[in-house]
Amino acid sequence: MSHTPILQARGLKRHFVTKAPFFGDPTVVRAVDGVDLTIGEGETFAIVGESGCGKSTLARLLVRLIEPSEGQVAYQGNDIGDLSEQALRDLRAELQFIFQDPFSSLNPRMTVGALIEEPLRTHGIGTLEARSTAVARILTRVGLRPEHADRYPHEFSGGQRQRIGIARALVSGPKVVIGDEPVSALDVSIQAQVINILEDLRDAFGLTLIVIAHDLAVIRHMSDRVAVMYLGKIVEVSPTDALFRSPAHPYTEALLEAIPIPTVGARKAHVAIEGDLPNPIAPPSGCRFHTRCPYAIDTCRTEEPVLRDLGDGHQAACHFAGDLTLKRIKPGDLRRTPAAARRFDVYSAARARTDPAKTQHSSSREEKPHAYR
Amino acid sequence: MSAVADPVLPKRRSRAWVKFRKSPSALLGGAIVIFFILIAILAPLLPVPGPVETDWSAVRKAPSDAHPFGTDEIGRDVLSRMIWGAQASLLAGVVSVMIAVALGVPLGVLAGYRRGWTDAVISRVTEALLAAPFLILAIALAAFLGPSLTNAMIAIGISAMPIFIRLARGQTLSVMTEDYVESARAIGVGHLALIWRYILPNIFPPIIVQGTLTIATAIIAEASLSFLGLGQQPPAPSWGSMLNIAKNFLEQAPWMALYPGIAIFLVVLGFNLLGDGLRDALDPRDT
Repeated sequence: MSHTPILQARGLKRHFVTKAPFFGDPTVVRAVDGVDLTIGEGETFAIVGESGCGKSTLARLLVRLIEPSEGQVAYQGNDIGDLSEQALRDLRAELQFIFQDPFSSLNPRMTVGALIEEPLRTHGIGTLEARSTAVARILTRVGLRPEHADRYPHEFSGGQRQRIGIARALVSGPKVVIGDEPVSALDVSIQAQVINILEDLRDAFGLTLIVIAHDLAVIRHMSDRVAVMYLGKIVEVSPTDALFRSPAHPYTEALLEAIPIPTVGARKAHVAIEGDLPNPIAPPSGCRFHTRCPYAIDTCRTEEPVLRDLGDGHQAACHFAGDLTLKRIKPGDLRRTPAAARRFDVYSAARARTDPAKTQHSSSREEKPHAYR
Repeated sequence: MSAVADPVLPKRRSRAWVKFRKSPSALLGGAIVIFFILIAILAPLLPVPGPVETDWSAVRKAPSDAHPFGTDEIGRDVLSRMIWGAQASLLAGVVSVMIAVALGVPLGVLAGYRRGWTDAVISRVTEALLAAPFLILAIALAAFLGPSLTNAMIAIGISAMPIFIRLARGQTLSVMTEDYVESARAIGVGHLALIWRYILPNIFPPIIVQGTLTIATAIIAEASLSFLGLGQQPPAPSWGSMLNIAKNFLEQAPWMALYPGIAIFLVVLGFNLLGDGLRDALDPRDT
């Protein structure tokens, strides 16, 4: 897929500096340490990595919820770091954010209607009646009822609250929506439902969706491209299918390796990485992954690899990207667990039945060669 | 979507009042407070002797039919003085707390919201005020402003203000770390709307509780100021000044202290129950 770029990050860094102790220097946590990204209009871009690798910090940097230490983010070619406070606030109607925890990200003192109306009200979109119609419409759209508008968030379940969060993010008609682990706080049985709603709305509104996640099944299911993050840096970027078919970075391989094979008695060669994520206060020299990499040699300890193009939009930051014969994941191994796959399918089918406008979209998504089934 | 009529939002209903009505203790508190307010307002209409009328034939008399709550050391009717004193005491309690909240909460929220040097300045001044004991500060301010009930209320209000600054600042700092505040920023909500819709409603409960407790302190403080001649000017009554005089006659005429004491106790209890009820009624979470 080729897209015009909508959001670009160049040399993005965010270092958290602690207060200087009495003796010695302050500690610096390099949460995001030099990230370059180009996200195309209309694509679904996933950022994956283990806990503490800087995914959430990156997500917040992309919409300038926190200020970068270095580097720029450009939205439609304009540096958003240069914007005045007011201009940035106005821009937020187009750049929205979905939070991870639906239990803490909704103001408990506002009704659901007021929460969803707030983006419209803040940006002065529509009259009072138009706004109330818009709220009612988006509520039905995310599978809630208009009469839910005068209730408070605590009266809803986790899945419903996350749908309220989604409605709040989408009501102002944004162009880019960033989801910071939008489903990881939800029960597995609810995840499929929320993901399907997100996909529906993405297609209906023509959104560019950036999803932060650590669940590979979710990423496999919904994204066009994936970036793999390790310790504040991107180690591999690739179209989703290529990444799952032939990972080029040993870390990606290890991540994929961790997906269980849903077949009784199946065994695979064990290359799972050991140990914990190194301390981001003192990242390892050379390649940051060398401490845990089964293929590491001396060069890896001294020289830091850069992202190299491997063709077809596939990039990896490994000295041996392309040369290394990584264990490829057999296509059969890529599928979600049968139970999860069934849930996604049943839910999609049900939605296609109830909403005829949607059938055309689900068929368009069908074109993607799915490895499962 | 187009075939179906646009869905309509229902009308919002007021649940705070519904919830308030369901709570017996809140209603009791409200009733007590309203009762005393009515007494204070209706004092001129009630069939009691004047609060400053002396009866030298009935000095320090125990409660009787003529004087249901007894008489004081110069033969004034205790019931009448309590009824007339309700005005001064309620005003001293409520108005001074309103002054303290009106000044303290905005300053505290500002300090917690802006942080940095704004916070440093406000916090240091607050700490300096807190270093002086509450009553000493009130006395100094009242003496500076000149003796009158109004000035006493202002002095008490300013002395009680640091507590509210500290409370509001601490609560604001804690609310600011909540995800929902970040979600408001992600939407582009401006500073004033953020403070109005997100911070104030969420820091409100502890402030209500502190406010009702401070009403009690303020009533007592007014008594102390009256005793020093800085509050309600004698011979006009207030509960606090009655208590202060009565303590000299505790053995000979206990009723002089008993009834104003009960009145202060009841008013404080009433405000506490009312405050708790308000806090719960305005919290959408518990039903």
